[in-house]
Amino acid sequence: MSKVFEIPLYPYARHADQDAQAPVRHPIVIVGAGPVGLALAIDLVLRGQPVVVLDENDKVSRGSRAICFSKRTLEIFDRLGLGDGLVDKGVEWNLGKVYFDERQVFAFNLQPEAGHKRPAFINLQQYYLEQHLVDRCRVLESEGKPISLRGSNRVTTVRSDPDGVELEINTPEGPYHLQADYLIACDGAASPIRGMLGLDFLGRVFEDNFLIADVVMPDGKFPTERRFWFDPPFNRGQSALLHKQPDNVWRIDLQLGWNIDKAEESKPENVIPRVRAFLGKDTEFELEWVSIYTFQCRHMERFTHDRVIFAGDSAHQVSPFGARGANSGIQDAENLAWKLDLVLRGDAPTSLLASYDAERIAAADENIRHSTRATDFITPKSEISRLFRDAVLDLSEKWPATRPLVNSGRLSTPATYDASPLNGPNNAGMPPRTRPGSVAADVALSDGWLMDRLTGGFQLLTINVPAPDVVTVGNISVHRLALDRSDDLNGLLSARYLGSVGSGVYLIRPDQHIAARWTDYDEASVIKAVKGALGMPK
Amino acid sequence: MKLNTLPNIAEADDFYADLIAAHEGLTKAESDAFNARLILLLANHIGDRTVLSEALSAAAK
Repeated sequence: MSKVFEIPLYPYARHADQDAQAPVRHPIVIVGAGPVGLALAIDLVLRGQPVVVLDENDKVSRGSRAICFSKRTLEIFDRLGLGDGLVDKGVEWNLGKVYFDERQVFAFNLQPEAGHKRPAFINLQQYYLEQHLVDRCRVLESEGKPISLRGSNRVTTVRSDPDGVELEINTPEGPYHLQADYLIACDGAASPIRGMLGLDFLGRVFEDNFLIADVVMPDGKFPTERRFWFDPPFNRGQSALLHKQPDNVWRIDLQLGWNIDKAEESKPENVIPRVRAFLGKDTEFELEWVSIYTFQCRHMERFTHDRVIFAGDSAHQVSPFGARGANSGIQDAENLAWKLDLVLRGDAPTSLLASYDAERIAAADENIRHSTRATDFITPKSEISRLFRDAVLDLSEKWPATRPLVNSGRLSTPATYDASPLNGPNNAGMPPRTRPGSVAADVALSDGWLMDRLTGGFQLLTINVPAPDVVTVGNISVHRLALDRSDDLNGLLSARYLGSVGSGVYLIRPDQHIAARWTDYDEASVIKAVKGALGMPK
Repeated sequence: MKLNTLPNIAEADDFYADLIAAHEGLTKAESDAFNARLILLLANHIGDRTVLSEALSAAAK
């Protein structure tokens, strides 16, 4: 049976644009049909924007790459209409174990908090995620939505000015030209678009190499846990990670150190003995995918350059410990989709797009900070750093005291846009977790989940307080989601949104982030906050 | 300043003798590891980030 990544899911097909007399202009062209590009395309199409997606390939990503998808990512995919399929296919896990040398130091449970529709994480091969995204695009296409996914369309030149973008694209049948109001570069860490524009990164290369392998173990004896080893006997002086994916595929991550011959180490005759030493000599396995990876912790100085906007790995990169790559890319896409839509409609000023830079660069900085700290713990950079690292691990075997210092990756949580220019008033007496800038916290309601009620527009969540059903600001209609005590199934609505106050009014953005909050409804204040969240002068 | 920089240990000579005795018979590497473990345990006991920051500054001077 063919693997899903061996099948051309979006094979080249000639498009009328290729026969046009003059280059056709589209509002949005996305380059890269990976998780970020496809999520962005679906979000924009659901908002009514026509979208062209170009990819130089015609298949989903070979090998699994990203595997760990966070609760926030699943919430975004719920809104895009594909959450259930991903959760059904994925592997849920909660237990993590940490080993040092030959001993287990401790185990931890992610213990998902009660009252959330989605688990903290699922593991799923990136090619399955991409397949689900492509399937979703096809469903939207069949419903007549304007989404054009073009395989084997490789961008060869790009020219951007303040008014638009011009592209030359090569196909199996020769080149053609397109114009776009906006070009979104979701073309990965090696981003050809970034290269064509002569742009670069700030930040540092993490000087280490990792062997990443996906192995199939038909009678897999390893449980559904995340296991992390510091300095194990089978990979002395380095680290190792083992993680389960669907279909009896396990992710193996072996640190190799800096002075290695990458081509040599990638050869099966060198990979197999390493994997065998790890899994035990009697374990049967088959290599599905192998890669040697030197990762980076860095981001572009700005993500927006005239009419070209970067999202995902093309804009920022982190180490793999913490699942902060693909997850943060999906959050870039959701942050950008509604802003681009409103700017193209003329419902928000172009300056709204500047908040994409402000919010997502802050998120990238946060991810890089976590990622850099994890790599510094995993690979101490000095003798004294190693001394403390080993002391933390030694103590943690016996005492809970130092376990919070053990850092094998701080798993992705959504960024809170505390310093966002879009934030409006806060009432500090209300719970910190739902302050302006944060993602709305899910809650079980008497008739479903709160996150499923936040459907992608501006909404006014009111709890125990009267307010109009609709507030209109220019072309924007803010619909009220009215809740009261009778909706609060288990007290969590009150705990997460009211705390010590008796009522609450929350302005929710189209990306389910909170823009402002009050204890009572005041029309003028709400209108002012909506304008602020649209990037209009305050 | 929240860090207590005044004398605070009863029987100070005894504590000092215990500290030195704890290192007896250890190699340099073992002593260094012992010190690291001791710092981490004491830091956790203090917990207060302001006190810890002030201690880091005071020790650097």
